[in-house]
Amino acid sequence: MVSATQLQRQYAEYTTSLYHEGYLNDQFTQLQKLQDESDPDFLVGLVSVFIDDSKKLLDTLTTAFQQKTVDYKQVSLHVHRFKGSSSNIGAQRLMRVCVLFINYCKEKNLDGCLWCLQQANHEYILVRSKFKALFKLEKQILKAGGSIPMME
Amino acid sequence: MGVAADSQFHVLAVDDSIIDRKLIERLLKTSSFQVTTVDSGSKALEFLGLHEEDDEIHNLNQPSVSPNINQEVEVNLIITDYCMPGMTGYDLLKKVKKSSSFKDIPVVIMSSENVPSRISRCLEEGAEEFFLKPVRLSDVNKLKPHMMRTKIKEIDHIDHQYNQEHEKHQEQNVLETKEDESTQQSNGNKRKSMEDGDLTRQNKTQIQWWPYCRFD
Repeated sequence: MVSATQLQRQYAEYTTSLYHEGYLNDQFTQLQKLQDESDPDFLVGLVSVFIDDSKKLLDTLTTAFQQKTVDYKQVSLHVHRFKGSSSNIGAQRLMRVCVLFINYCKEKNLDGCLWCLQQANHEYILVRSKFKALFKLEKQILKAGGSIPMME
Repeated sequence: MGVAADSQFHVLAVDDSIIDRKLIERLLKTSSFQVTTVDSGSKALEFLGLHEEDDEIHNLNQPSVSPNINQEVEVNLIITDYCMPGMTGYDLLKKVKKSSSFKDIPVVIMSSENVPSRISRCLEEGAEEFFLKPVRLSDVNKLKPHMMRTKIKEIDHIDHQYNQEHEKHQEQNVLETKEDESTQQSNGNKRKSMEDGDLTRQNKTQIQWWPYCRFD
């Protein structure tokens, strides 16, 4: 069986790589710090809500672009919300796609928007799998009797 | 309610995004505040017991009452997102500040966009602070002084009202001139409105520099 120390090292390496690749940023660290004994599942819960909410947003956006006339103002509002929630979670790459997306909306650039939608979907799937892997590791560490190392 | 002093402070958080609500709730609870979250400005007004249309009728019989007496639950601060569908945070701010019952409740605005004109508009309308999202614990730590200041004001106000009634009561028992007492009362009112003016100036000097933003 893998020891807690080995798992912790794996976790630390994985988290560092996620930061380097821009999947996560300092906001995620802040969220980890907010978690304590009074609410030990806060982060998992928040990420779970984020994943569900993001899926709904992406579906709404897809539908919006399937319309005969695209309502760029509405789309922009949705993307703005998506940007906000990504920023709150610390999902940096996703947030950056949203920023680009909003700009294309302002220009009413259909191709640009469609590209961003595709990117947003792609980044969403990626960050979802990263979170899944991260929380799986956390569970393993706790099971092995260790504690979750924090990013500094 | 609770033993700790902080558990007396109740914050009403308003945001249409569920993630933002969960986050602000966590931040506020970590700071030992009581929290109620709602997802719209109209729900916030409903919670306060303020009717959207007009608060004049609502307050006809109570000209100058301490802000929280009419509510079932006392709210010590309102923190609201700026961008919300329907009633924006700015609209909510204006409604609260126009209401005679609730204008003294400190209001804080949150926004993910750094727009200087938006920030100054909110501060001019009476917002105590303007937080850029994502909101941090260091931001939430700035809230308590605003709530404490309002509590002190409330106590002063109740104190002043008590004194007024006490004097009126004395008036009935004494056959002396009424002019002296009414002079005393008007001086008291002047003092209170001066304090209000000072506080507004104080809030305005809290504007710090805002990094220039490319979103307009």
